[in-house]
Amino acid sequence: MGAACGVGGSGLIYEVFRQERKGQAFAHAGSVEAPNDEFAEAYAREQYGRRGESTALWIAPRDSLHEIEDFVDELGRNYHRVDGYPLKEKLGKARELAAKSADALSAGSG
Amino acid sequence: MEAREQEFLDYVQGGGQVETDDWLPDEYRAKLIKFIEMHGNSELMGVLPEREWILRAPTLQRKLALTAKVQDEVGHSQLIYRVVEDLGKPREQCLDDLISGKSKFHNVFHYPTKTWGDVGVIAWLVDAAAIISQKALLKCSYAPYARIMKKICWEESFHILHGRDVVLTMMLGTNEQRELVQEALNRWWGPLMQFHGNPISRDEDPMYVWRIKSQGNEEARQQFLDGYVPQIWELGLTVPDPELRKGDDGVWEYTEPDWDELKHVVTGHGPKTAERLELRRTTRKETAWVRRAVLAEAA
Amino acid sequence: MKKQVHKILEMADDELILGWRNSEWTGIAPLLEEDAAFASSAQNESGHARAWYELAARELDTTADELAFDRQPEEYRCSTLVQLRLVPDWGRTIARHCAYERADRARIEALKQSGDAEVAGLAAKIDREEAYHRMHAEMWFERLKDEPRFSAALEELEPLFDVREEHVPEFAALWEEMTMVRRSVAGATW
Repeated sequence: MGAACGVGGSGLIYEVFRQERKGQAFAHAGSVEAPNDEFAEAYAREQYGRRGESTALWIAPRDSLHEIEDFVDELGRNYHRVDGYPLKEKLGKARELAAKSADALSAGSG
Repeated sequence: MEAREQEFLDYVQGGGQVETDDWLPDEYRAKLIKFIEMHGNSELMGVLPEREWILRAPTLQRKLALTAKVQDEVGHSQLIYRVVEDLGKPREQCLDDLISGKSKFHNVFHYPTKTWGDVGVIAWLVDAAAIISQKALLKCSYAPYARIMKKICWEESFHILHGRDVVLTMMLGTNEQRELVQEALNRWWGPLMQFHGNPISRDEDPMYVWRIKSQGNEEARQQFLDGYVPQIWELGLTVPDPELRKGDDGVWEYTEPDWDELKHVVTGHGPKTAERLELRRTTRKETAWVRRAVLAEAA
Repeated sequence: MKKQVHKILEMADDELILGWRNSEWTGIAPLLEEDAAFASSAQNESGHARAWYELAARELDTTADELAFDRQPEEYRCSTLVQLRLVPDWGRTIARHCAYERADRARIEALKQSGDAEVAGLAAKIDREEAYHRMHAEMWFERLKDEPRFSAALEELEPLFDVREEHVPEFAALWEEMTMVRRSVAGATW
């Protein structure tokens, strides 16, 4: 994410998240440098709201955020993923089977 | 080039993007900082020629629109310097280097603005030239920069609309007003043609090689001409270049821009360079106490 | 309404000229984030000026732009407080910002009680927009109130809100610059 303070001993960095329309997710929009929460609010409002592009904003000091990027899957947990469920072949066979049984029934009743 | 660097190069050339905390080759980081910093400098310096016209705007509507445009540009410089800072170069150092002349800003912001005609021509054509470059940055291999470009391009589109409105209003006005536009265009055409830089082949342009830019200089210039010369001509304006024409192969031909002039200007010798940097220097000095009073406590 | 037109023009002129003075900080404010924020104040002042001019224009059978730009310097009713050129002194600038916001608030309150529905309505709208500016001024006030140069400036500037009889020497040059494009081609559409 970058350093938590403006490099050089100046203000704090606040991350800004914006919601474009009611109901949508908040997405990261950028960051502002400010001495405290009050200034950060004023500046975020300005940078990410002056053209009416956001319905709402969340701001948080950068050092309050934790980044997680290392995800381990050494054993290949395919049951967690769509590619772990190869339905096409099985579905084809099941349909065939059902069609044969229907034929057998109708043949038998003939 | 060592293996890790080559891997990185292959990755970005294949369209891959990187984030702030990813490993970046030294050369990539250095070139990136320099490029992005120059962009930030340009947005900030661009404010100075334009702000005079806020004060002189001939209607309240224009005054408001121009204030909003200039405010966007200040906002852009904030977004851009934040990206540079997260790459390791503090904002204050960027401003130091700007003022001392160590770092550069785009040629167009070294020239004077003389009339209301300039206001229209700049917002319409200079911003158009800029937006072409900026759109090519939307796919920048350095993702934090690519992301802010989205907001910047969105806001720039308003500027072009405003510029076009100012120009069209004048073209529909009196002879004097039409003269103002033509005269401004005559003065700005040279810098506009130089704006996208000399026609270095994109494979020799490190910015393209590292996929910081996704197009070469000449490509950008051709796009500008293709988009905007017809718009200029359809208003009855003339472009002050007798060689300007679109070839049968779709490529625009034009008088070779003065690359020496470009170099001279961006190395700090433009007509207004010294004056504008001086203004920045003195105000910065006068407001240093404010930054101390406001920011010191936060650290 | 006729009586109030004078008050309204006074207000519009204050906002127009203050918007001008605040625009002088664009690009050179002490902090980049503050630069963008302060430009919003300038914009809103010009926007409020426009709203008041439009209201007065309907009463006086003219247009907002004509009221804003086509009067002679002597006809403007703005206070000394807004006319002063304060760049590059941020302390004095914020002191004026605070002094003006306080005095203006009282003025707007009075107009909200107006017998004229249009005036009262506009005053209420503007009051709601001003809320953010007042917060911003308060924020800076808190930050600077212990700086001696700031409190001295506040003391010096506050009474100037009510000084309107004469213009300061700078006003002539301000008017000249403000109207130069408009005057360059008389009667043109811009």
